[in-house]
Amino acid sequence: MKFTEPAGTNPIDRMTVVGRPQDRIDGPRKTTGTAPYAYERHAEAPDAAYGWIIGAAIAKGRIRSMNLDDARGAPGVLGIVTAAEAGKLNKGNFNTVKLLGGPEIDHYHQAIAIVVAETFEQARAAAGLVQIDYERAKGQFDLDEALKTAPLTGGEEGKPGKEDRTGSFESAFSAAPVQLDATYTTPDHSHAMMEPFASIAIWKGDELTVWTSNQMIAWGRGDLAKTLGMPKEKVRLVSPYVGGGFGGKLFLRADAVMAALGAKAVGRPVKVAMQRPLMANNSTHRPATSQRIRIGATKDGAIQAIAHESGSGDQPGGGPETAVNQTKLLYAGPNRLTSMRLAVLNLPEGNAMRAPGEAPGMMALEIAMDEMAEKLGMDPVAFRVKNDTQVDPEKPDRQFSQRQLVRCLEEGAQRFGWNQRNAKPAQTRDGRWLVGMGVAAAFRNHMNMKSGARVTLNKDGRVVVETDMTDIGTGSYTIIAQTAAEMMGVPMSAVDVRLGDSDYPVSAGSGGQFGAANATAGVYAACVKLREAVAQRLGFNSAELNFADGQVTGGNRSVALRDAASAGPLTAEDRIEFGTLDKTYQLSTFGAHFVEVGVDAYTGVTRLRRMLAVCAAGRILNPKAARSQMIGAMTMGVGSALMEELAVDKRFGFFVNHDLAGYEVPVHADIPHQEVVFLEEADDKANPMKAKGVGELGLCGVGAAVANAVYNATGVRIRDYPLTLEKHLDRLPTIA
Amino acid sequence: MPADPPAMPVTLKVNGKAQTLSLDPRTTLLDTLREHLHLTGTKKGCDHGQCGACTVLVNGERINSCLSLALQHDGDSITTIEGLGTPEKLHPMQAAFVRHDGYQCGYCTPGQICSAVAVLDEIKRGVPSHVQADLTARPQASGLEMRERMSGNICRCGAYSNIADAMTEVAGVASKEMGA
Amino acid sequence: MKPFTYERAKDAVSAARAATKPGAKFLAGGTNLLDLMKIEVETPTHLIDVQDLKLDRIEKTKDGGLRIGAFVTNTALSADERVRRDYGVLSRAIVAGASGQLRNKATTAGNLLQRTRCPYFYDTNMACNKRRPGSGCSAIGGYSRQLAVVGSSDHCIATNPSDMNVAMRVLDAVVETVNPDGRTRAIPIADFHRLPGDTPHIETALQPGELITAVTLPRPVGGTHIYEKVRDRASYAFALVSVAAIVQKDGSGRVAVGGVAHKPWRVEAAEAAMPQGAKAVTATLLADARPTKDNEYKVPLVERTLAAAISQARTA
Repeated sequence: MKFTEPAGTNPIDRMTVVGRPQDRIDGPRKTTGTAPYAYERHAEAPDAAYGWIIGAAIAKGRIRSMNLDDARGAPGVLGIVTAAEAGKLNKGNFNTVKLLGGPEIDHYHQAIAIVVAETFEQARAAAGLVQIDYERAKGQFDLDEALKTAPLTGGEEGKPGKEDRTGSFESAFSAAPVQLDATYTTPDHSHAMMEPFASIAIWKGDELTVWTSNQMIAWGRGDLAKTLGMPKEKVRLVSPYVGGGFGGKLFLRADAVMAALGAKAVGRPVKVAMQRPLMANNSTHRPATSQRIRIGATKDGAIQAIAHESGSGDQPGGGPETAVNQTKLLYAGPNRLTSMRLAVLNLPEGNAMRAPGEAPGMMALEIAMDEMAEKLGMDPVAFRVKNDTQVDPEKPDRQFSQRQLVRCLEEGAQRFGWNQRNAKPAQTRDGRWLVGMGVAAAFRNHMNMKSGARVTLNKDGRVVVETDMTDIGTGSYTIIAQTAAEMMGVPMSAVDVRLGDSDYPVSAGSGGQFGAANATAGVYAACVKLREAVAQRLGFNSAELNFADGQVTGGNRSVALRDAASAGPLTAEDRIEFGTLDKTYQLSTFGAHFVEVGVDAYTGVTRLRRMLAVCAAGRILNPKAARSQMIGAMTMGVGSALMEELAVDKRFGFFVNHDLAGYEVPVHADIPHQEVVFLEEADDKANPMKAKGVGELGLCGVGAAVANAVYNATGVRIRDYPLTLEKHLDRLPTIA
Repeated sequence: MPADPPAMPVTLKVNGKAQTLSLDPRTTLLDTLREHLHLTGTKKGCDHGQCGACTVLVNGERINSCLSLALQHDGDSITTIEGLGTPEKLHPMQAAFVRHDGYQCGYCTPGQICSAVAVLDEIKRGVPSHVQADLTARPQASGLEMRERMSGNICRCGAYSNIADAMTEVAGVASKEMGA
Repeated sequence: MKPFTYERAKDAVSAARAATKPGAKFLAGGTNLLDLMKIEVETPTHLIDVQDLKLDRIEKTKDGGLRIGAFVTNTALSADERVRRDYGVLSRAIVAGASGQLRNKATTAGNLLQRTRCPYFYDTNMACNKRRPGSGCSAIGGYSRQLAVVGSSDHCIATNPSDMNVAMRVLDAVVETVNPDGRTRAIPIADFHRLPGDTPHIETALQPGELITAVTLPRPVGGTHIYEKVRDRASYAFALVSVAAIVQKDGSGRVAVGGVAHKPWRVEAAEAAMPQGAKAVTATLLADARPTKDNEYKVPLVERTLAAAISQARTA
């Protein structure tokens, strides 16, 4: 099904199952520990041997020699694979850096060997016996230093990069009566998902099956095949439960490659879970940014000029953190400039983490807006409302498909009691706590992705949906069941959803908050086809059929749906594809974050007191699961505002705090009750579901809302995340 | 290369059933459950006591099973998530997690639930916590108390607010507080 | 984790004797030891499990104090009614640390022996004089935000990560031990933990095989007991700085500080200034501070945290 025109009325609009706060259908399994994750396949791989990955001890250089003798002779060891044993491997399309290093080393903790043994304990111990002699090379690990000479991105292949300009920024900025020119920094972030990278690999002849934990089955399958130099048809990837990804599991990673190599070498299934202390440096991370923002406005607060220039670093061949993207679209203003610089660093590979670009970009832009509002003497809500735009500011004839930012801000302000905020900072005190409120806009684009599904009606009337879509905690199982139930007119309990298997049709996968809307649209397309097949089987001529309560009704005739499968199961497969509506219209999601913080007047630590998000993101397929996506993202935003930072050792070139004790993410005690409101919306330009994503929207802006609240509490502006106590301690009120 | 030390016998009572095993002394309680008894509901998130995904109840008290050797638990009674309830017959805490969507990816969930069950018991037994204003008073099953006591169970998906609601329901108290 | 043999000791002296074997270590809760064994920072070849030694009781001493068995868990110690009533700072310090799960397993002696959380100590690719004496200290000149500001040396800037130890220090606890030959010893907490000097791998006053059997607390000193812990996240995190204080009605008192040194930091001479307030106390307490650029904030933070503690005591 190709989606080329705005959606008309369709069966989803009934919203008898879709749009309701359904409990997750995978809930009973997840809450009883019976949902099998990647490493938990005793039935499928009863004789699996255990693999242990060795990571490089240097950031850049080469392995001079490896002595594997002691390890090979250690009890239980079945084999060891290094780059030398593995032979030629290709690099996956989605990998910037090769996943098995050696003899050249590209970054710290790059995988350089897998030790396979009978037991986990033996593999781990034997790995400790491998002796490696390294030759360390000089690398660039200092982003600030590297950015001094870093080139612009955005040019065509092989040509110099360029700035994006609309109007004349410089002259408009210098003419503006009110100006802001400030630089903000965000550090490197780690996905820190709870389930480590894990895979079990089984070879049967030249066919490889890998149970793994991956967000994008087709990408992973293709890249595993490419890496190993085999046809992708010979590779099966299975990933029905993913213990968190946040972008870290978008791509093929070392666990899958090393498990496959290990299994091949020892002639047995091999299971590998990457040890936690290796994860931060071995895998990808959200790159640090340095962002300069300039805003010029009239005295009454109309933005005349806005510039956002960001710099980040990555491995050779990598890409920039696209932190300026939202600034192209979020606020009005005739004169605009955005640009990005990309430095080459020899730190681990930078790549997507939840809301890549917007997450750090909004952390900067939305402080800048707060600072600007203060300079103007305007309320920060009013300042944002004043600069709302209903069109793409760079292409004014292009409208947003839906844009309820103003309503989000105003309704949020009202619900939160924003009028209680004292615009003058450092005025509100509650015992030892300096109390402040902050606001930020939330913004994240919606992306269209092709997505396929296969739907079968069985003899017993049950509907089975198969797609390689993944559920990484997002609720895919449930919203797909809701979609099929709504389309076929059966209860959710009559729908079986099978996900995360490369044997199923290729879906959008889970990433970029595109999963929910596109994957359900793909299921919608397959259901439309199945309805046609049902109609044909049952001998309906009318196009106007109603599928409800297990019955198919047309005219005066009503037949049980299951009758259509009495002669055998009926299967339909289709996928959603898209025309150019996303070019004609800008598809985006919007929201407003409100937070109240307390800053300890003595110690400077910040604790959240209240959080509210009001969002407009198309049709909300399941308000219960969508709320979870929002609060989860808001929690991650609190982390990035207050504590999360991969600390770089610029001498040795690695992230020092590479475990969950060193890299702190929020715990229960950090998070107050969170309120989430979804505005009524159905975006007919997006897809037949009229839905967009929310999984990343909740993260975009929340960090800045926290930062703005901290400023409101203390009167000290911090522009370098995270807002740890030492950054304002010396400017807090003196103590007795 | 020296041979591994001989395996040692250990008897555990797991979810009510006695299990006698012969184990490499290095085997943690967590790996015993997951790799030897195939009770994979207990999760390995970090293997270093930094996340809480491996939380189980030993003789009724919660611990991180990753930082315990199986041999330390000879004769102990272990309750894992599988011992609390099944998909067909959920424990009240499991049911509350489903109702309140107190999970997302599900990987930390068994640990959260084991902890949640233990936390309500600890509050009942009067075990003190960091947020108690008066150390000598009995703790209440407040949102603040539950959040502090649950803090050894990290949920990167960020389901905390919903988990607190689920626990509040099971505790049978109304929660409407949470200051800084 | 290197292979090891395992035994359960039946009595304290034979445990101590077994521990004189090269490579032998006591195993109590295991929450720190097993963590470090997994990354081969600790590589014992023999473990002596002390759980059957019946060291899990808390009893009154003749002089009105408390004797805490070495194997008493952190939870049991923090929950003991006498501790909550008379030694509140200890109960408060314990519940400020780790998590409920860890406190259920971790023991009193194990907590005393808890090793540093310096990230370079934890990463075996990095030089560390604790792990390999003489290899150098990669923390110096590296990421040192949470490391020591006082009492450190050119060989080590690690901190003692324990909360309990800070309270034990302010309470003048005494560590009781038994030696392989059966002799017992009472080590004042002030002498128990060492500064790094040029032997940062020697962290305590314990001799080979010496087994901690108990910690005794002197009779209660009254006053208001405060434990203030400062950390980036609200729970389940090591202290950036912590303050254990006992403040009397007249403003006098005692204070020990965590997160700043290789041992719980207490300078008795500084306590004379308690009635004058945090600034005066800190001036003496941290007179010899030698912070890095990353952790110089700890000096004012100690003063401010102590001020919070004193203010809290005043209003208590």
